[in-house]
Amino acid sequence: MGGLDDLYQELILDHYRNRRNAGQLDDPTVAVDHNNPLCGDEIHLELRIEGGRLAGVAHSGEGCSISQSSASMMSVALSDRTEDEALDLVEHFRRVMRGDEDADEERLGDAVALEGVAKYPVRVKCALLSWMAAKDAILTRRSEGG
Amino acid sequence: MGTSMSPTTSIDAAAVRRDFPVLSRTVHGKPLVYLDSAATSQKPEPVLAAMDAYYRETNANVHRGVYTMAAEATERFEAGRTAVARLVGAPREGTILTKNASEAINLVAWAWGVRELKAGDEILVTEMEHHSNIVPWQLVAELTDAVVRFAPVTPDGELDLEGLRGMVGPRTRMVALVHVSNVLGTINPVAEVAAIAHEAGALVLADAAQSVPHMPVDFGELGVDFLAFTGHKMLGPTGIGVLVGRPEILGSMRPFLGGGEMIRDVRKEGSSWNDLPWKFEAGTPPIAESVGLGAAVEYLEGVGMDAVRTHEREMARHLVDALSEVPDLTIYGPTDPDRRGAAVSFSLPGVHPHDLAQHLDQDGIAVRAGHHCAKPLMRVLGVPATARASAYLYNDAQDVEALLAAIGRARAYFS
Ligand SMILES: Cc1ncc(COP(=O)(O)O)c(C=O)c1O
Repeated sequence: MGGLDDLYQELILDHYRNRRNAGQLDDPTVAVDHNNPLCGDEIHLELRIEGGRLAGVAHSGEGCSISQSSASMMSVALSDRTEDEALDLVEHFRRVMRGDEDADEERLGDAVALEGVAKYPVRVKCALLSWMAAKDAILTRRSEGG
Repeated sequence: MGTSMSPTTSIDAAAVRRDFPVLSRTVHGKPLVYLDSAATSQKPEPVLAAMDAYYRETNANVHRGVYTMAAEATERFEAGRTAVARLVGAPREGTILTKNASEAINLVAWAWGVRELKAGDEILVTEMEHHSNIVPWQLVAELTDAVVRFAPVTPDGELDLEGLRGMVGPRTRMVALVHVSNVLGTINPVAEVAAIAHEAGALVLADAAQSVPHMPVDFGELGVDFLAFTGHKMLGPTGIGVLVGRPEILGSMRPFLGGGEMIRDVRKEGSSWNDLPWKFEAGTPPIAESVGLGAAVEYLEGVGMDAVRTHEREMARHLVDALSEVPDLTIYGPTDPDRRGAAVSFSLPGVHPHDLAQHLDQDGIAVRAGHHCAKPLMRVLGVPATARASAYLYNDAQDVEALLAAIGRARAYFS
């Protein structure tokens, strides 16, 4: 399974089996629902924003190991960041998935393990689902000015 | 196909396989195990050869040509239509060549539906339809204020015939249903549904995309008004589909697409239409594709559609038996091979269908994962996606064994 282990690194399986920040927040500032119409993966993402920082990130939903582990890793990577830092990191992750940038391990944390997904174009959408939801949530919060 | 074969395996899958060049390739170093024929079938040598020969020997545009090659091209193109009409017992003039099954259904929705449907009229489909037999009706309903209703599916994945009967009434104008479900494998009692619909004065369309390739289908016996299917699922090329319609209904319908070929006369003040079937074939048709489809039909006739069905009943049995051995695995649709085709959807707790399909690919096994273009059915089943293994005449018991072993490995990997 040499090939597959590029895709399914141990860290990914670990986040899949044991999701960080799974569930819901008591007092979310903003919540969004995203899905991938091609495969039916779904995510419900909640953010608690305090003083311009992501003080709480929680996700729930259904999907494959890539989308679920990615949501778990995203929630860790974005927690405690400012909104701008979080948006930058989402953009960085998107570019990594498109093969346009090398992964910055320091900022991405465990999500660096998803770098191999870039080689599987059909699965890139799975990995991006939660990150795009995060971007949407932040932009929604801004437009609502909440 | 010799006479010495036992009745349960009336196809020599090993011999059939040799006719399909792609089946000898490897994927990730493993021999290809192709279990996605419900999505599209592989193509045998005679189909590839016929299309190749057409382009090499007599390529020309069809009809209207005076020169020899144009006449030959027309002859080969029309021979494809003749073959496909013969396969399903349809009249040639009622056999219209389209781009695919989806276009065939759209043709009826637009050429018949837009003009005939009135506000409050009902189009009855079922909960197990492919999007191809839902969305065209929704589009037309939007324009006409007609209503699309869905006949229910039972918990074991069969059509609820009594439920359907209760929904057919004086407002029902069209009953459009899938003959064999591409997700559940269920074989629907189309002839019974047609009788119910006709009694109420409604027309009937059967989406035969998953039946014509796999079993004997006779247009007259089914008793429907329209039958839609697609070339690429029946050993033929992509880019060609078929709408069979009762000529008297097609004759009274206005055209669908306008352009060359479908007209008798064109004047500034208006146009008149060609005879059936050409009235519904605007523009240069899929010529090489018709040649290929004709060769596919001949190949299937050579094997025999009864033999194909017998083989697939066995494949359905193997698949259902094998998958039933996997602890906690859920099979959707009937488990009785007499009631189903050889497309079997399933789910495995803890292994998402996409992860499973990715894992199987590593072992050279091609299965599909997703909603299979049947989202309303997925919602009824309460799952976002399933995995689906689907067999055809070139699959055998070893393919099922390979699938079973690989599912075991995938499960171990993700647990
Ligand atoms: C039941 C059913 N109907 C319709 C279609 C549509 O066929 P096509 O995409 O060739 O139009 C399919 C194939 O995906 C199918 O399985």
